[in-house]
Amino acid sequence: MTLITRFTNCRVLRNGKLIRDDLYVRDGKIIDYMQIFYEERRKCDIALDCKGRIIAPGFIDLQINGGFGYDFSHDCEKIESAVREVAQRLLSSGVIGFCPTLVTSDPAVYPEVLKKIRKETGGKHGAAILGLHLEGPFIAMDKRGAHNPSYVRTLENGVCDLTDVYGNDLSSVAIVTLAPELDIRREVIKYLSSRGVRVALGHSTASLRDAEIGASNGASLITHLFNAMPLFHHRDPGVVGLLTSEVSPRPLFYGIIADGVHTHFETLRIAHRINPQNLVLVTDAISAMGLENGKHFIGDMQVVIEGKRATIDGTSTLCGCVSSLDFCVRQFHAASGCSIEEALEAASLHPAQALGLANKGSLDVGSDADFVIVNDDIQIQSTWIAGEMVYSL
Amino acid sequence: MRLLILDDEKDVCHFAAKLVKKRINEYAPTEDRPFVLGLPTGGTPKKMYDRLVEFYQEGQLSFKHVITFNMDEYVGLPIEHPESYHSYMWQNLFKHVDIDPENVNILDGNAPDLQLECANYEAKMQQLGGVKLYIGGIGPDGHVAFNEPGSSLASLTRVKTLNMDTIRANARFFGDDISKVPTQALTVGVRTVMNAEEVLILVSGAHKAMALRMAVEEGINHMCTASAFQMHPNAIFICDDDSTLELRVKTVKYFKDLMKVHAKIAD
Repeated sequence: MTLITRFTNCRVLRNGKLIRDDLYVRDGKIIDYMQIFYEERRKCDIALDCKGRIIAPGFIDLQINGGFGYDFSHDCEKIESAVREVAQRLLSSGVIGFCPTLVTSDPAVYPEVLKKIRKETGGKHGAAILGLHLEGPFIAMDKRGAHNPSYVRTLENGVCDLTDVYGNDLSSVAIVTLAPELDIRREVIKYLSSRGVRVALGHSTASLRDAEIGASNGASLITHLFNAMPLFHHRDPGVVGLLTSEVSPRPLFYGIIADGVHTHFETLRIAHRINPQNLVLVTDAISAMGLENGKHFIGDMQVVIEGKRATIDGTSTLCGCVSSLDFCVRQFHAASGCSIEEALEAASLHPAQALGLANKGSLDVGSDADFVIVNDDIQIQSTWIAGEMVYSL
Repeated sequence: MRLLILDDEKDVCHFAAKLVKKRINEYAPTEDRPFVLGLPTGGTPKKMYDRLVEFYQEGQLSFKHVITFNMDEYVGLPIEHPESYHSYMWQNLFKHVDIDPENVNILDGNAPDLQLECANYEAKMQQLGGVKLYIGGIGPDGHVAFNEPGSSLASLTRVKTLNMDTIRANARFFGDDISKVPTQALTVGVRTVMNAEEVLILVSGAHKAMALRMAVEEGINHMCTASAFQMHPNAIFICDDDSTLELRVKTVKYFKDLMKVHAKIAD
């Protein structure tokens, strides 16, 4: 007989609203306890008083390069332990699932990483691994950002170029970020989409036309909107123009780094107001996330952390996000003026939808019991995976 | 028959809740000696349930040893449908209190043998020694539970085909789509309620005024099934001012005079 747990005295985020209701969990799933009450005549086994706090779906980070001193792209040899360690420590920021992200790397790295990092369910050991996010190497040289130029590639030979680097087995890949203008044969985005891989457009100089072709061929995401793409131009809005494009078959989800450093608050407000249902908060965190203030080494770079800013030592060049996802949710809430519900869904429902995960990102009956309990300031009180508490303050 | 006239629906419901609390607490139910309570659904009793939940939360009332029997349920409506009476009871009372799911009885409109379901329901009430207190509302045509005009005053729990008035009135709960309204229901009979030791009928709103007049001033008549309670040794109508609009001045004055006494019955 499996236990029924009742979370009571709480506000539950459902259908975009906080509702005063109880949440019931059994066998790691959210259940409709009314039916059990009437049909099985079962009482709840455990009742937990949530002290009036909010229960929201657990957070999902679609773009995270590392953290707590680990960098997935630099530490390829020990990537398994790096991912495992990060997965464990992400629980304290309310993350129940994430896509370990690999920036443009040596082609030799990919087959290894794709083999080693498989999708994995979450639990006490850590947040679920929802599949890799391969950010590159098929990106625009001009918009490569911090990616290593010697590994950047084109897609002249279409799918052949893709499989040359990634191999044929894409079962461990969730997202590929690429520049749509490189897909000149118009087959790569289609190929990835048909294999269940989400294509994100980014690190690109694409015209709106190229971006729209990418969307028509199956791309469903935009990688860190405004970053690594041309500035918004009124005569050719480029990838940004996809947000309101009427040619795109459906609105694209778009990632935003809301750490208060990478994107101006005013820009966040603009991004939010265009299409709030499709905004996805990502950290794009680097290995320095979760480390103390001071000097640290990332690969061979010396980095200085001061509060939420990480810069290359001796310069003012930002070198990635060091904020946790829960911090980004709070920042986003404060900056955009959106409701607490919208802020929470931008880190849970929307990324789950972007990945096509029907059982995550919501607290509907039948969903996985992966959730966070937060106070009204969106501070994580506890994190739960499959109905089990995996972190508490 | 007693008739209590209070100011508004809230007062009606709070008074009813107080009386329910009093009856349960003075009975001091135990596992071997549970209190058997008959319950209604509908608009009027909602505030009564709210009040009962408050009493529970304040520690003044427990449903641990209370056995409930609801009045009715639609046939063929899944229990998780928001308009099912299972849903109503869950949302308004059961999920908030300490009632044992084993002690909850609501007619199963999806039972394979509906007649058997009704017979068992009736038998179960009797096995438990009958219902101590049955609470009901009344419809604008004076119906109690789904005992619409013309129902036998000697009826017991049974399958009832709903008349067009009821179906039309209920369409508002089913997206104004008359084809979605269930056409049959299971309901306790008039005699089932009459068999209870005490009956409490809640009436509120001007649209119930004709029904209240039929029930208390006219003769006993199956065209207003609530009039049957004139023959009940222990029936109380609790109504608000608005619902007395069609009563004679004399009737209202008579019962208002008695409020000095009646107001204390729930204390």
